[in-house]
Amino acid sequence: MVAETAREFEALEAQAQILMGVFTKAGHQAVAPAIVQPADVYLDVIGESLRSRSYVFSDPEGEELCLRPDLTVPTCRLHIERGENGDSNGRYCYNGPAFRFQTAGASTAHPREFRQAGIESFGGEDLELAEAETLALTIEALRETGLQEWKLQFGDLGLFRAVLSSLEMPQRWHHRLMQHFWRPEAFRAELKRLTKTPADKSALIPQKLKEQLSSAQESDATQIVARFLDEEGIELVGARTVSEIATNLQVILNDAKAEPLSENTAALIENYIEVSAPARAAGARLKDLMRDQGVDISKALDAYHRRLQLLSEVGVNTTNTEFSAEFGRSLEYYSGFVFEISVPTLGPRSPIAGGGRYDGLLRLCGAEEDIPALGSAIHTERLLTVIKNEEA
Amino acid sequence: MSDRLKLALPSKGRLMGLSIDLLARAGLNVKKNGDERGYRGEVLELDNIEVVFISASEIAWYLKTGKVHLGITGEDLICEHIADYKTRVDIIKPLGFGFADVIVAVPDAWLDVRTMADLIEIAEQFRTEHGRWFRVATKYMNLTRTFFTNAGFTDYRIVESLGATEGTPASGTADIIVDITTTGATLRANGLRVLDDGVILKSQANLVASHAASWTPQTRQVLNEIISRLEAEPAT
Repeated sequence: MVAETAREFEALEAQAQILMGVFTKAGHQAVAPAIVQPADVYLDVIGESLRSRSYVFSDPEGEELCLRPDLTVPTCRLHIERGENGDSNGRYCYNGPAFRFQTAGASTAHPREFRQAGIESFGGEDLELAEAETLALTIEALRETGLQEWKLQFGDLGLFRAVLSSLEMPQRWHHRLMQHFWRPEAFRAELKRLTKTPADKSALIPQKLKEQLSSAQESDATQIVARFLDEEGIELVGARTVSEIATNLQVILNDAKAEPLSENTAALIENYIEVSAPARAAGARLKDLMRDQGVDISKALDAYHRRLQLLSEVGVNTTNTEFSAEFGRSLEYYSGFVFEISVPTLGPRSPIAGGGRYDGLLRLCGAEEDIPALGSAIHTERLLTVIKNEEA
Repeated sequence: MSDRLKLALPSKGRLMGLSIDLLARAGLNVKKNGDERGYRGEVLELDNIEVVFISASEIAWYLKTGKVHLGITGEDLICEHIADYKTRVDIIKPLGFGFADVIVAVPDAWLDVRTMADLIEIAEQFRTEHGRWFRVATKYMNLTRTFFTNAGFTDYRIVESLGATEGTPASGTADIIVDITTTGATLRANGLRVLDDGVILKSQANLVASHAASWTPQTRQVLNEIISRLEAEPAT
């Protein structure tokens, strides 16, 4: 709900000034990125599903644009347009409208137009420190506006990746599971397939071709496939080359020779995903879980504990914080630590703030390499509603 | 006048002919007003009915918004054009004609791709090689998006294609298509093949009622009359 009366508008403005005051005082530069953004970056990051959740349109010249669904991507683009590539740091803050199509119909808690206030930090060496600072600053800003009670939830996608990469399996399986990382359903299906039937796929390759490929040198594969297509009268249509097809056929044949993923390994991944506990206890539980299987993710666990320690040093109480291993996995661009701040009256489905680490996003926006980056955003209308209720 | 049931029929092609034939066999003879190219008509055997001829894809929109009570159109078009169609229309009866499958097809030369899962697996490799995501040509934007999302496939871009979709991989406009097919002959002629799990919808023409239209006892009576006559005439 965007403020429709002068009074509501003034209240939101006053609140925004408090938030921006806290952010700028901490060294974040206030910016106002463009509201109309090229749809391209969002489509790359979020995919075609963007169109079903956002306002995507074409301008008279046919360029695809969108009303920004958040301010993070626009701020990343602004940082890059300023020519500040990987080597320079940037600390920004903003307050402005964002737009989302609500499939179930717009409502007060889920409006189609709302105002986000937030911070972004790019570059920097000490990852956990930056994470602790971002969260602490967000909480400080919320407190300044008058918020008294909230609930904090954590996730850590860095841990998830550490678990995956410490497990014994062929390199390409790692790669594949990582690729499916953001899509829990596809991930589960792939895990099951690797455990039960990694060889099944090769059954679909024509027998004659399979025999020829199996007995040949890898370097001859392209020629063999080209000859096969020719003999079968199959026309090569489209952009993929014979060499790409041949390479992938060999991957499939190699998979068929590999041992299936062990039940133990699959169970470990599934057990990890299910971990959900108070933040400190979760760290201990993960340690036990991994030790039992002889898996070493101590580096990622150390980072996890160090972050908790740093948070308590900057005054963030994490006693009642819940950690959930899977939290953040459905949010497209987060890559590490993620958090959400909610209040009981609105419930966990309508958090008043959230954020985390997204080290790959700047590159998707045009930077030459991955740059450490993180941020957080506050849903300012929700915040105002909560504070008004607390006062009443 | 306002209590007349509005029935929308496809305004051209085989769907129009087959719709009129089916109604005729059920004893409901449709007569166009004015000349053969008119867009309004009546049913000789019924009083409180008005027939409008609209393009099959627009019928979906007329049903969604309640501008007609009843329509005959393909299930593919209902699913594509009416978000949340189950709450907005009633699919009363499949009519036994206008069969067509909405399918996902890839170049037949992709010997390594038989299923949606295979497609997901090569998407990133493709992007590395070609500097762009897979392009999917279709006029079924919504069906494609829903089906791909459910399959966990997100690394693609849709290219809207309103005709000759099956030619787009050969011309380089797209890599993959989502289109309707009846026999598959056109796909084969264009060097394409349907994925093993690539049937999105098995569609046929349906009699569909709108929830949004203003229903009165009189229009309901006409609806029941049409249904009972169609029930008596088994679908072909």
